[in-house]
Amino acid sequence: MAPKVVLVTGCSRYLGGHLAARFAANPDIDRVLGVDTEPPSRDLLRRMGRAEFVRADIRNPLIAKVISTAHVDTVVHASVTANPAGPSGRTVMKEMNVIGTMQLLAACQKSPHVRKLVVKSTSAVYGSSSRDPAVFTEDMGPKDLPSSGYAKDAVEVEGYVRGFARRRPDVDVTALRFTNFIGPRIDTVLTRYFALPVVPTVMGYDARVQLLHSEDALAVLERAALHDLPGVYNVGGDGVLMLSQAIRRAGRISLPVPSAAVPTMGRFFRGARLVDFSPDQMRFLNWGRVVDTTLLKEEFGFTPRWTTQQAFDDYVSGRALRPLVDPELVASVERGVLDLAARFR
Amino acid sequence: MEEARVIPLHGADREAARRRRGTTGALGPVPVPEPAATEAAEEAPEVEDAVEPAGWEQRLAELLAFARRRLRGDYEVDEFGFDPDLTDHVLMPPLKPLYEKWFRVETIGLHNVPGEGGALIVANHSGTLPLDATMTAIAIRSEHPKRRHLRMLGADLVFKTPVLGALARKSGQTLACNPDAERLLRSGELVGVWPEGFKGIGKPFKDRYKLQRFGRGGFVSAALNTGVPIIPCSIVGAEEIYPKIGDIKALARLFGFPYFPVTPFFPFLGPLGAIPLPSKWYIEFGEPIRTDVHGAHAADDPMLVFNLTDQVRETIQQTLYRLLTQRRNVFLG
Repeated sequence: MAPKVVLVTGCSRYLGGHLAARFAANPDIDRVLGVDTEPPSRDLLRRMGRAEFVRADIRNPLIAKVISTAHVDTVVHASVTANPAGPSGRTVMKEMNVIGTMQLLAACQKSPHVRKLVVKSTSAVYGSSSRDPAVFTEDMGPKDLPSSGYAKDAVEVEGYVRGFARRRPDVDVTALRFTNFIGPRIDTVLTRYFALPVVPTVMGYDARVQLLHSEDALAVLERAALHDLPGVYNVGGDGVLMLSQAIRRAGRISLPVPSAAVPTMGRFFRGARLVDFSPDQMRFLNWGRVVDTTLLKEEFGFTPRWTTQQAFDDYVSGRALRPLVDPELVASVERGVLDLAARFR
Repeated sequence: MEEARVIPLHGADREAARRRRGTTGALGPVPVPEPAATEAAEEAPEVEDAVEPAGWEQRLAELLAFARRRLRGDYEVDEFGFDPDLTDHVLMPPLKPLYEKWFRVETIGLHNVPGEGGALIVANHSGTLPLDATMTAIAIRSEHPKRRHLRMLGADLVFKTPVLGALARKSGQTLACNPDAERLLRSGELVGVWPEGFKGIGKPFKDRYKLQRFGRGGFVSAALNTGVPIIPCSIVGAEEIYPKIGDIKALARLFGFPYFPVTPFFPFLGPLGAIPLPSKWYIEFGEPIRTDVHGAHAADDPMLVFNLTDQVRETIQQTLYRLLTQRRNVFLG
């Protein structure tokens, strides 16, 4: 059944904002509420059109009042994030993720109008280690539970969501475990990482990276909100890029760092406000992570339009990343050598 | 699998080269003479090279195309991290001489390995270092009529180790666990497994060619779940490459290895001791054992799994004994 009143959390961020915009453009939806602690950028606000922005903190019980008075029937929880706002933002991020979800779910449980809950989760819940199977299906768990960071937040968030689903069996709950997002406009840890001119990697390791185009991510979230598709689904593009391959595709130069020096490196990059890598994300750089999307295609009924490789190429061209290693130069060197060889025939 | 891009040598490139030469040289706008004449006139000292076949040039073109693909990241990797381009052009070629000249590997019964579809090759493990797995992969890649890639299942220690783990994934290996094995078999890959694991590869020299316990038969349930045939594979010759006569437990614990081998030449001769002895190898692929005849939930029947495991193990052990009786000399075969 199509929703009438939709509430989107995290609407000042890329995904939440654009999702609210999509709902606002849908004439079947009567009212769209966007919630976040800070107002969206002017550009995002313009895109959101008739969607109403509610400046509220989901950690605050006030959110319950918003949900019940507006008769919200569909809640899209898109504010769980891996990207802390600033160098000191980790604790705040954790609170927003975990406490925010708890409050939001408590509010949803109280309100009799809520019929559907869509949660943006992450494939980070599977962890990342050398003892994991190559491809994760939805029924697998992490080999060792991440002890901190975003992955742990996500595991806890999913735990609360399961609890909520138990207490409110009448509500359709969809949890979407996204792989890393990439796209020309979205801003994530990974998009900043690949934009570095010299990209540090962990020496001796090459991660398998599966990506999802941000447009596909929006389409999946929208579909989950508009249709009754309860369950847990992995969401990721087809195909895999090796980290080293992705760096070469972006025309960057990789700088292998010995694993002992990686934490120092991470602190340096965080201090320089370039990229904020948490320890679990650094583990991801060692081994990477690939998820199985059969359920998404067959039960959820969505096939990502971009493969991992296409999404990454779209990011590279959309960001106009100037390759340090010019592909033209490579091609001309190749031609030159072959010409030379032809001479010596 | 993507074929190497072949650059036409006698087409546009050469034409362009000649034209460039034409403009810089004295020839100018004069119509380009017959190619052979130009070459002879301009590269008189290189005339010997001209007789050489264009093979090296072809190889150079392939090499350059490969280098370009690598530099641009223009290649495909599957979800297990398998990189066929790298495997065929970088990882396998240096091992080819070892296969052909050093161990003089002889394969028997390659026709038992199916040309397409999933199949599980189960083999005995020996030799202190897993060269037997590598040689089996090369055998199937270079001698099987369909030139298939063998996707090997490796121990978690391999994937934990830096460099080695990354290379293992790129060469088509993945962690020996049922989800991975079944996923590979379902997608129609040829999977190789060495169920003895470290017990087999690290056994002392006096126990050579005595099969160790075959794990818990996980490989059989993977084959039963996917209905693919099991191909018993017996490898003779790998036991003698590094005769393990001792084990330094303390060093093994220090490095986190399952064992620290002592051979007649290692560690006494240092790096020289790491050269494998040139034993003559035989790799025999036996008759496929069908697993699709046991019904849907056959993997849940532990007795069937045990029996099949034993059958595979016995087949390999008997084949090993037969091959050994036929062998007259370790090094000459």
